[in-house]
Amino acid sequence: MPVVAETLDAVQSVTQSGYKWGFETAIEMDLAPKGLNEDIIRLISSRKQEPEWLLAWRLKAYAAWCAMTEPVWAKVHHAPIDYQDLHYYAAPKQKAGPRSLDEVDPELLATYEKLGIPLRERAILAGVEGADTRPDVAVDAVFDSVSVATTFRETLRKAGVVFCPISEAVHEVPELVQRYLGSVVPAGDNFFAALNSAVFTDGSFVYIPKGVRCPMELSTYFRINARNTGQFERTLIIADEGSHVSYLEGCTAPMRDENQLHAAVVELVALDDAQIKYSTVQNWYPGDANGRGGIYNFVTKRGACRGARSKISWTQVETGSAITWKYPSCILQGDDSVGEFYSVAVTNNHQQADTGTKMIHIGRNTRSTIVSKGISAGQSNNTYRGLVRIMPKAHGARNHTQCDSLLIGDRCGAHTVPYIESRNPSGRVEHEATTSKIAEDQLFYCRQRGLSEEDAVGLIVNGFCKDVLKELPMEFAVEAQKLLSVSLEGSVG
Amino acid sequence: MTAMLTIRDLHAEIEDKPILRGVSLTVPAGEVHAIMGPNGSGKSTLSYVLSGRDDYAVTGGEVLFDGRDLLAMEPEERAVAGLFLAFQAPVELPGVGNANFLRTALNAQRRARGEAEIDAVRFLKLAREAARRLAMPEDMLKRNVNVGFSGGEKKRNEMLQMVLLQPRFAILDETDSGLDIDALKIVADGVNGLRAPGFSALVITHHQRLLELIVPDRVHVLVRGQIVRSGGPDLARELEVSGYGAVIREAAA
Amino acid sequence: MSATLEQAGSRALAHFQAVRDRLPGCPDARVAAAEVFRSRGLPSRRDEAWRYTSLRDLGATSFAAPEAEVSPDAAAEWISLTRGLPRIVFVNGRLRPELSSLPAAISLGSFEVSAPKDATAAALPFVALNTMFAEDGMVITVDPDIECGPVVLLALTVGGNVDMPAVCLRHRIALRSGARLTLVEVAAGSGRYFANCVMEAEVADGAKLSHVRIQRESIDATTLSTLFVDASAGATYDSFTLALGGKLARAEVHARLAGPGATVHLNAAQLLAGSQHADVTTVVSHDAPACASRQTVKNILADRAHGVFQGKIEVARAAQKTDGYQMNQALLLSPEAEIDSKPELEIFADDVKCSHGATVGELDGDQIFYLRSRGVPERDARTLLIRAFLAESLADIEDAEARRMAEDALEGSWEKLGR
Repeated sequence: MPVVAETLDAVQSVTQSGYKWGFETAIEMDLAPKGLNEDIIRLISSRKQEPEWLLAWRLKAYAAWCAMTEPVWAKVHHAPIDYQDLHYYAAPKQKAGPRSLDEVDPELLATYEKLGIPLRERAILAGVEGADTRPDVAVDAVFDSVSVATTFRETLRKAGVVFCPISEAVHEVPELVQRYLGSVVPAGDNFFAALNSAVFTDGSFVYIPKGVRCPMELSTYFRINARNTGQFERTLIIADEGSHVSYLEGCTAPMRDENQLHAAVVELVALDDAQIKYSTVQNWYPGDANGRGGIYNFVTKRGACRGARSKISWTQVETGSAITWKYPSCILQGDDSVGEFYSVAVTNNHQQADTGTKMIHIGRNTRSTIVSKGISAGQSNNTYRGLVRIMPKAHGARNHTQCDSLLIGDRCGAHTVPYIESRNPSGRVEHEATTSKIAEDQLFYCRQRGLSEEDAVGLIVNGFCKDVLKELPMEFAVEAQKLLSVSLEGSVG
Repeated sequence: MTAMLTIRDLHAEIEDKPILRGVSLTVPAGEVHAIMGPNGSGKSTLSYVLSGRDDYAVTGGEVLFDGRDLLAMEPEERAVAGLFLAFQAPVELPGVGNANFLRTALNAQRRARGEAEIDAVRFLKLAREAARRLAMPEDMLKRNVNVGFSGGEKKRNEMLQMVLLQPRFAILDETDSGLDIDALKIVADGVNGLRAPGFSALVITHHQRLLELIVPDRVHVLVRGQIVRSGGPDLARELEVSGYGAVIREAAA
Repeated sequence: MSATLEQAGSRALAHFQAVRDRLPGCPDARVAAAEVFRSRGLPSRRDEAWRYTSLRDLGATSFAAPEAEVSPDAAAEWISLTRGLPRIVFVNGRLRPELSSLPAAISLGSFEVSAPKDATAAALPFVALNTMFAEDGMVITVDPDIECGPVVLLALTVGGNVDMPAVCLRHRIALRSGARLTLVEVAAGSGRYFANCVMEAEVADGAKLSHVRIQRESIDATTLSTLFVDASAGATYDSFTLALGGKLARAEVHARLAGPGATVHLNAAQLLAGSQHADVTTVVSHDAPACASRQTVKNILADRAHGVFQGKIEVARAAQKTDGYQMNQALLLSPEAEIDSKPELEIFADDVKCSHGATVGELDGDQIFYLRSRGVPERDARTLLIRAFLAESLADIEDAEARRMAEDALEGSWEKLGR
């Protein structure tokens, strides 16, 4: 049927074939030998000049990992991963000593420029004609295993905000790192988290002090470049009492025939009245039309609403990766705390996504909202997997879940696997899910008004995702909408 | 007078069931024609075939629009050429804002015609004006396309789209059904406001009352997929009095 | 796997070795099933299909069949509940012809055990266990275009106080094209036992099986029932399961919509108190186009009761125009009650309309207040609202006699909720 064929094309342009970020940067690398053992972990630790406690923590995680097996419950399939055939440390060679932007390799700066990530701090000249009116975003750029640049650090420091690579935070604010690292995702939490804990190389660290509203959006941009490397970044964000922060995460990788492993861990801690908004546009290389290559994205993301009235909100737009396995979760410990999860996941060709969330209600009057929109095309499989658990003391807890799936073509799969566990009668849980396709009459209606079929699909898909896209910060909404084929959503009305 | 739309011996079927069995009709530029007929006579099929819906198979005949082969064009090409269908049952587009949709459609058409696109600010001004003229509350522009609209609101929204898209040829498929007299006037005003030497319309209706407000140049009666009688505006009044029975008997004789 | 389950599994195999030569019929199917069971073992909670239900209670069973003889009085009491309808009565795993009365339209076939045709079904450990030990069961065929009023299938078990005998019934029902049957299945008993029942049903083109299942097993029993149903073109399988008894109960249904235009209804209600645990697990497979499935499962949980619902709808690539709907609702009446719900959609066809929903909560305080403000005492107000919650499920039972039996069973259960 031509409609389906054209529709597939439209979606294709959104995902794989339109992958514009697949170039490779030629740069001299410092690579650890392949393989994983205690020596490699000691090597990573010594390269980072880490304190004894951190090395011990890594080795403990490694021991736990050795005793674990890969999880098999997700609806994803892949050839066995040879964990001994990977490099666990890859860093661009650069000058030693304290880094400033001027010292960053121009090749790297060019790479990020090409990706559209500004690493130059633009002068803020209020009132000057032609000055960019978009708000500033501080960026931490992680290239393979290391952070290569972090912008606006001084501006942030004045506000008391710490935003730096986690490898530096270990030295600069050791007590914070030691106190919170692994406090949300323990070293032995799951197979991939244990692996990350053993070998993580870099990632971002954020601390927002009491009562501070972070003056700008914070952002980390991850780039995998080197061959046969795994990327294992670790992000830790601590929002102290009454603070607010909005954090953005983006990622891309070159197009390669082999699969590459990405096993990150993100930990969020929100104390009393703190709010963390964490947004992701995940655009790792998805592999080619035949399912060759692409990133294995096995990520553990979890936030702890430790304090009363705290709030953690996850928003994700997942268009990339050959396989996505991730469940950004909220542990709602504080009374009246709030967890949110808004997700759009698009799969095409042979992509597989098994993604969703966990909302663990522990405190009284905790509330959670889950909105998940899955779009499957090609021969892909897209699974929502989500857990809502109401613990015995979570009096008055509330959850509402809305999960919608859209199928484009008859060779893909859309799956919904919610787990609802309630142990408190005053808790109220509502779950709704639907699966459908784009209706022919909707397409025809748009075309009668003069829209091409491709535009009509884009418009309808964007409409389908609207409840999630509107949660993204402006900076990211634009990128996300482009990824979901451009529409005028949000510019009017 | 040049013909804007010429239909010659048009046959069409759905799921192997013939619906149109040889419709011939010419609408000259600047004229409004009405098509009346009992339920199941093929009126809506005609509107869908003219606008290019997939489900209908054309098995014979031809349709020329400004001398071009209309049936060879994609639905959006027909729209760009100036053909507008006011749907009998407009669909809902969840999550798609009405104003956004209208502007996307308008600019798609302008782009295809090599005209400059209209920016958001100017568009909103135009849309608000049009909404005011159609007595539509402004928030209808912000709501999602037809989602949660009442029957009357959906019909008015079709008129709003027509007024903004400025088609050369409009097909109103029973736009009057289910409307009260005030809404009916709004629909009529919409069509009458577009009347010009370069604009034509085909008004499909069951009832004569809309034709009191949009006075057609010609009235055609469609029965079992064929036009059995044509006449002036008086024919509509005659049908209102005597019903279709007489016309059908006459045709059968 | 836990040591308890491992030991229980070994005990089952040892018992099979001891009795296999005494079991009726050709032993091939039983021996093959024992091999399946040996490789598979008893499922633990690490097994996704048993995530919420632990089988630790099976640690107490010897897997030996109970005594065939029981006092006539024990049976008479339950038989009185069948409202004089035609019936087929099994006591402790054996058919009792003298207690049964069949309508002329149905003839009982001879019992013979064999593994289910479907490989996935044959691989289920409790199906294998049933194939190993089943000695009897109801085998009936309804001929084409024959319509049969309600027939009661009554399975009574009188267990022990110390040991935990095991009963494995194996039923087979075939409805030929255009046939219709209303079957009211009542499972009841006293004492401690393990009931492991398997039923296979085939509903041919245009036939309709209405299946009302009333589970009133002993409060000390562990009861598992596994049902396989195949609905051919235009066929209907319409079921309602009322789970009231058992210490640990699981009703597992695998329904396959095998021909175009087939319809399956899998409604259920569980009313649990004390420390009862009951599990409704269903897999609805849409294998043919234009089929419809509907499922509403309601749980009412008092005290420390634990309700489980796992419902999966699978839509195969060929099953275009599928219409699937699934709803799970739970009312928690006590701070210690627990519900675990996993409604699941697995969809490979694009032109489908599938939805599911789940709600968990307590009785609506506003509604209770409204009733009380009209003079209804709180206790009555609560009962009224719980009944209202269940009413629509019962109202869907088409056959009046079958509905009365379900209502009677429910009537006897309010007491346990302390109302």
